[in-house]
Amino acid sequence: MSALDIARWQFGITTVYHFIFVPLTIGLSFLVAGMQTAWVRTGDDKYRRMTKFWGKLFLINFAMGVATGIVQEFQFGMNWSDYSTFVGDIFGAPLAIEGLLAFFLESTFLGLWIFGWDKLPKKLHLATIWLAATGTLLSAYFILAANSWMQHPVGSAVNPATGRAELKDFGAVLTNSTAVGAFAHTVTACFLTAGMFVVGISAWQIKRQRNVDVYRPSMKLALVTVLIASLGVIVTGDLQARLMTEQQPMKMAAAEALYDTVAPASFSLFTVGSLDGSQEKFSIRVPGVLSFMATGSFDGRVEGINDLQAAEQQQYGPGEYRPNIPVAYWTFRLMIGFGFLCLLISLVGLWLFRRGRTPRARWFFPVATAGIALPFLANSVGWIFTEMGRQPWSVFGVLKTANSVSPTVPAGTVLTSLIVFTVLYGVLAVVDGVLMVRYAKAGPPPPEAPREDADSDEPRPAAFAY
Amino acid sequence: MALTDIWFLLIAVLWTGYFVLEGFDFGVGTLLRILGHDDTDRRVLINTIGPVWDGNEVWLLVAGGATFAAFPLWYSSLFSGFYLALLLVLVALILRGVAFEFRGKIDSPRWRNTWDWIIVFASAAPALLWGVAFGNIVHGVPLDAQHHFTGTFFTLLNPYALLGGLATLTLFTFHGAVFLALKTTDALRDRARTLSRALGGAAFVFGGVFLVATAVEHGGWTWLSATVAALLLAAGVLFAAGERDGFAFASTAGTIIAVTFTLFWSLYPDVLPSTTDPAFSLTTTNASSTHYTLQIMTWVAVAFTPIVLAYQAWTYWVFRKRISRASIPAGGGLPAGRR
Repeated sequence: MSALDIARWQFGITTVYHFIFVPLTIGLSFLVAGMQTAWVRTGDDKYRRMTKFWGKLFLINFAMGVATGIVQEFQFGMNWSDYSTFVGDIFGAPLAIEGLLAFFLESTFLGLWIFGWDKLPKKLHLATIWLAATGTLLSAYFILAANSWMQHPVGSAVNPATGRAELKDFGAVLTNSTAVGAFAHTVTACFLTAGMFVVGISAWQIKRQRNVDVYRPSMKLALVTVLIASLGVIVTGDLQARLMTEQQPMKMAAAEALYDTVAPASFSLFTVGSLDGSQEKFSIRVPGVLSFMATGSFDGRVEGINDLQAAEQQQYGPGEYRPNIPVAYWTFRLMIGFGFLCLLISLVGLWLFRRGRTPRARWFFPVATAGIALPFLANSVGWIFTEMGRQPWSVFGVLKTANSVSPTVPAGTVLTSLIVFTVLYGVLAVVDGVLMVRYAKAGPPPPEAPREDADSDEPRPAAFAY
Repeated sequence: MALTDIWFLLIAVLWTGYFVLEGFDFGVGTLLRILGHDDTDRRVLINTIGPVWDGNEVWLLVAGGATFAAFPLWYSSLFSGFYLALLLVLVALILRGVAFEFRGKIDSPRWRNTWDWIIVFASAAPALLWGVAFGNIVHGVPLDAQHHFTGTFFTLLNPYALLGGLATLTLFTFHGAVFLALKTTDALRDRARTLSRALGGAAFVFGGVFLVATAVEHGGWTWLSATVAALLLAAGVLFAAGERDGFAFASTAGTIIAVTFTLFWSLYPDVLPSTTDPAFSLTTTNASSTHYTLQIMTWVAVAFTPIVLAYQAWTYWVFRKRISRASIPAGGGLPAGRR
């Protein structure tokens, strides 16, 4: 394998791994903030116990998200130095602003939240988790603006004298339609992820009749979150599909393994074909749906891979402009499929838990618990689709991935770091998994007797998280 | 003053902030097993930096991001050139971050000891490696006409850079010990004070030689700032010996500011000198972004830096009290055996 291949594997592995923790922590930070708000407003001890229980799981994952995030910033320079040189004028700005605006906010206020439980006045302490949560959202926006510029480069131009891309309009980069779409889709997916996580663990606990007073309200909150979030994911995903057809038609065609331009285009739910997807053996198709997804009309014209390949060769010169079709086809389908299953679980769950009932249908509990995996799988394949669908470009239409890699770093060096990260991440995944399972099983802290000074702002003896 | 100069200065300020702040939490981590005789001691030590270490680390992320945005060529040559060294730093910072969070989660001596040693390694390694990295940056590395690094990992392990590593390691550890004297009580505080004398001496030896070597190479005003650094360090040693904890901490913080200033001062107007041919060096002008990007970044920095500084300062104020063994509640994690 060349340094390029290894660097791509490394980017894929580290990014997908990092993105296991990110959506969960973004979504959970808001759910926990909501629970704590309920506690501060009502004084009901069950909300305090909810906050503490889900807060602990949130922190275990947040640590992993932060730790693996540093690699993301560093590897642009380490593995992709020609990319960094070429795009630094544009790509670096949102990255730096993310640090200044978002990372400081998250880390500082999370420190205050963890250690400030008995030190800060109740309302001020509540404000710290909201600020930390806001930080995660800002962080998501800036990093998605940077990524979206790679998908759809706006507000910039290549300077022939320096051979580098230059920023012309920063407002355009921040208001990039792709960025707005990606942000909406990603954030709703974050809530979906956190919602399913809370649904799954609550189901496990309710099935065993443990701390039902804590897990039942958690369950309801999370089921509603999943319902709203999954509808949001569908709507924003639909908007994104249209943007994608317009901005990256090849990616849309690859997602459908659509070789020839057609109108109207049917959506293939499931297709078995030759390995490169060019020949169909068996398929289930829904007429007109692809046209609708791509263009908003049931008889719209959708361009095929072959025509696009010819057109891109005309525009950019000879070369291969087709991404890996089977990967694009299957990741796109799996992303959507996993997302819809979450919606289904939330609908069934809300029905079973309606009006204070507890499900007699015992099968629901293990299904809900297994459902925790769904959004993580959807997020991972979704990103693989987004990034691999853009190939051979790292900046669409502007810079190829092959021209982005560090020219002076030997393949052996990149391989060393790939092995180091894979082993390290593997070990940490086990440790994190064990901790999560044990803390999820251990349940919330015991109820606290009502205190007379519950509303007092007087500082109490120190309580530490470490 | 050109925007490129302002950004060189801002990046110097970010690194200075990083070294002053994460410097002491690296020091605390390095000393975890030496000063902490039992688990309660170690929890006191970790809790002195608990609320702030993550915020301190963000200074590094912002310094990295700012370098990417303001001087893309510097960022790409430096990060691809210093590859294996940065890999080590990354591994250390990943382990360190999760270690603080995971350590207390299971009540088992084996579990805690493992994470303790990880904290020690993962604090000492970056403290050493940042000095090695800056030694190389200031001294210069082999760069070709395209500003690509042409050396190997072993190019980076030259005596001057290694001396720089020992200087930052001893200086940060001293800074950490002084911080602990300021933040703890009783026996732990006494041990931190006693140890800080030895560490102050070591920092003076390694830091002093490193500063002299830097000043010999760069001459002129570098002698002045190196002297200021040495005087502040001496003051730190004296204050620490005289049990003036606050003054001692201010002095070690001042020393780190003066040392970082000396390094960036020696570097300017280069950002990464080439030892192959001075014409191949990266400078504040040939490595920078466009004027427009720098302008936007300047506005953002002007608007938000004061806010960040204000709330970070407030955090330190909230957690200003000393921590004693009595402030550590028993237990906290899950029992070891049960699954």
